[in-house]
Amino acid sequence: MPDVQLLVGTPKGAFILDSDTERRDWSLRGPLCDGWPIHDLIVEPSSGAILAAGGSPWYGPAVWRSDDQGETWTHSSEGLTYGDGEEAQPIATIWSLATGPDGTVYAGVEPAGLFRSSDGGRTWSHVEGLTNHPTRATWQPGAGGLILHTIMPHPSDPQRAWVGISAVGVFETKDGGETWEPRNNGVRADFVPGPPPETGQCVHKFAMAAGEPETLYQQNHCGQYRSTDGGETWTDLSKNGVPSQFGFPLVTHPRDPKTFWVIPLTEPDEGRFMPDASAAVWRTNDRGDTFSRGDAGLPQDDAYLSVLREAMARDTLDPVGITFGTKTGQLWHSADEGGSWRLVTGNLPEIWAVEAVVRD
Amino acid sequence: MATVILPRSLLTLFPGVERRHEVHGANVGEVLSALDGRAPGMRDRLVEEGPRLRRHINVFVDGRPADLLTLVPDGATVHVIPAVSGGVD
Repeated sequence: MPDVQLLVGTPKGAFILDSDTERRDWSLRGPLCDGWPIHDLIVEPSSGAILAAGGSPWYGPAVWRSDDQGETWTHSSEGLTYGDGEEAQPIATIWSLATGPDGTVYAGVEPAGLFRSSDGGRTWSHVEGLTNHPTRATWQPGAGGLILHTIMPHPSDPQRAWVGISAVGVFETKDGGETWEPRNNGVRADFVPGPPPETGQCVHKFAMAAGEPETLYQQNHCGQYRSTDGGETWTDLSKNGVPSQFGFPLVTHPRDPKTFWVIPLTEPDEGRFMPDASAAVWRTNDRGDTFSRGDAGLPQDDAYLSVLREAMARDTLDPVGITFGTKTGQLWHSADEGGSWRLVTGNLPEIWAVEAVVRD
Repeated sequence: MATVILPRSLLTLFPGVERRHEVHGANVGEVLSALDGRAPGMRDRLVEEGPRLRRHINVFVDGRPADLLTLVPDGATVHVIPAVSGGVD
């Protein structure tokens, strides 16, 4: 029977929760990674190793690696630098990790930039094409900083990838990172006057539809969106039944390209918590044309919960397990695709990241 | 030759590395590079782009605040101490 793991990133280290495919009972391990702030965790498909991205306020950024499911760890930031000099920009932390179809590991950092590793995160090289984009001088940070928080490699073409930067927008490369094009056409930027700019959109998270690399779904500061042309154009979905256009995480179904989940929150000047202080996860089964509320088991009164961009994940089992973690340290899990929810643990630090892993 | 004394929180990142080291180096930068030879990656934990000491890392040479260019006399004691200003709520 395969094991199921939840990898959790917090400002006080990483945690791992272990269960079986029933996903009812979980055992907690941690804090790991020496208690470093951890923004993202992934599993390297080729090895099963856990990679964790973060940065210590004292000791700087690093990618941690465990080849024994979290028992022991190494760390490295070799090559994770924009270089020395008078105008040097120190890398504060690492926000995101992803693996490409050829095994390349990617890291997104603050201030925004992309690095890649061909040795499992031990050494890194700068993807200069993105930093050298002609719009770079205009990039402005969002509330979380100028961060590259989403990396979406194409599942079969190592030359193609999309990244998301706050508050800059989505970019795509089709030549292995040499050149990049903004992919924000149709996405609103309500915080600047005039028509939507080429860049400057505040993307919060985007994900790819299962089996359809040209179909992307996006949760933005200003709405939920769908693209069916690889990000060339986006369609606003925020009038289709969600209670708020604002939110952070978005996860797609592992097999059904029409299904994804979001967690709408009240607007930034209204508190950024679940509307009416009533907890819910919203699901679409038709590519965002309609949404339905799922709240069975979640607190419906006085629930001032907020969920950050990386803090929702799904596994690959049938039915799909969905997990989200809150800024107040509660970890909620559904073993039936959001139909009902159970509290896994309520006393973690602020939850920054969740990843779900099924190990055969 | 100088004596370098490292903080506990740094040692946990490099299992097996001792707290006290006798190393050669004309200045603090060279001393930290010498330490990196014994514990690969340690310099990256203490020095950021510039290069300069990380914001919340303090180094003292014979009790006086130092930067990477501060000279390290023969027989000096170099303390590496995380600043109280770091941390996450």
